[in-house]
Amino acid sequence: MTQESKMKRIWHYLKSPSSAGLWLILALGFAGGVIFWGGFNTALEVTNTEEFCISCHEMEANVYEEYKETIHYSNRSGVRATCPDCHVPKKWTHKIVRKIAASKEVWGKLTGLIDTREKFVDHRRSMAEREWKRMKDNDSLECRNCHNFEYMDFSEQGNRSVKMHSDALASGEKTCIDCHKGIAHELPDMKGVDNW
Amino acid sequence: MKILPLMMIVLGVAVSGSSLAQEEVNSGGLATIRGAATIDETRKAEALKRVHKDKNPVARNYVHQPPVVPHQTRGYRVDKNSNKCLTCHGWKYAAETGATKVSLTHFETRDGKVLSDVSPRRYFCSQCHVTQADARPLVENTFKPVESLKNDE
Repeated sequence: MTQESKMKRIWHYLKSPSSAGLWLILALGFAGGVIFWGGFNTALEVTNTEEFCISCHEMEANVYEEYKETIHYSNRSGVRATCPDCHVPKKWTHKIVRKIAASKEVWGKLTGLIDTREKFVDHRRSMAEREWKRMKDNDSLECRNCHNFEYMDFSEQGNRSVKMHSDALASGEKTCIDCHKGIAHELPDMKGVDNW
Repeated sequence: MKILPLMMIVLGVAVSGSSLAQEEVNSGGLATIRGAATIDETRKAEALKRVHKDKNPVARNYVHQPPVVPHQTRGYRVDKNSNKCLTCHGWKYAAETGATKVSLTHFETRDGKVLSDVSPRRYFCSQCHVTQADARPLVENTFKPVESLKNDE
């Protein structure tokens, strides 16, 4: 077979829309889809790490420093809850919703809303209230990802915990965040907050 | 400063003199309730005591003793923004939580004026009320509980 006829055959093959073109488009589409989707999820995962959160000084110098003293950072068994464990839902749809809502935080970063400690402290109440409301609305879902009521052994809990958990929590009257505010960060001025 | 060279001389003489009587140097090996340790060694710190997780109220050991805290208080913040103790022991919540109510004496200011809530001077709970660990007293004492005030007639 000559070089010319070979080229002709390939060209002819490529020209026929029913076979080559369709396959090529499909293959390109598939490859593109894999790359785009994989890239998207990888980027999503990267923004879901503690390193990413504290790459901004607003987080590292304020909330992260405070959190380091608490039980979710340092404890008996070394199990940790990192920033996204509490602040980003695990389920995909909820996670995307939260991520879209978080674009407001990017705007805050760009405009320097909390770029000093003073500004951060002044703004803490409204940020805290937003987070309390989010957890109240989803029945403290991020707490319950680890702390599952079904498996709580009351005989291992202190008297005070048993009383509260078997009463208000069991009946569904209250959810984790109603009582456990400020367990990982300092609190704002609690004037007027329920139960404070 | 003329005093510096003078001090150097005195120090020099002292050092040469002491080298003769080195055996008598006091290295501070004094026995205390923490054990004995000399200046040239660093004692190993005692192991930390475990705090009681949760117990019933402890009776007072002497008259006017601030009741001790029979439960863990790790992470309980008491500052101008919030007071974790009062979320159970405050009058508003004590009935619901079953916690001991803050004494009415805590509502009084230093001028004797009674406020509607805990007075600023009595606000910092852990200044007087101490979380208890599983430990024996370091020293003996003769404090007596309130019964000792009874008249034996």
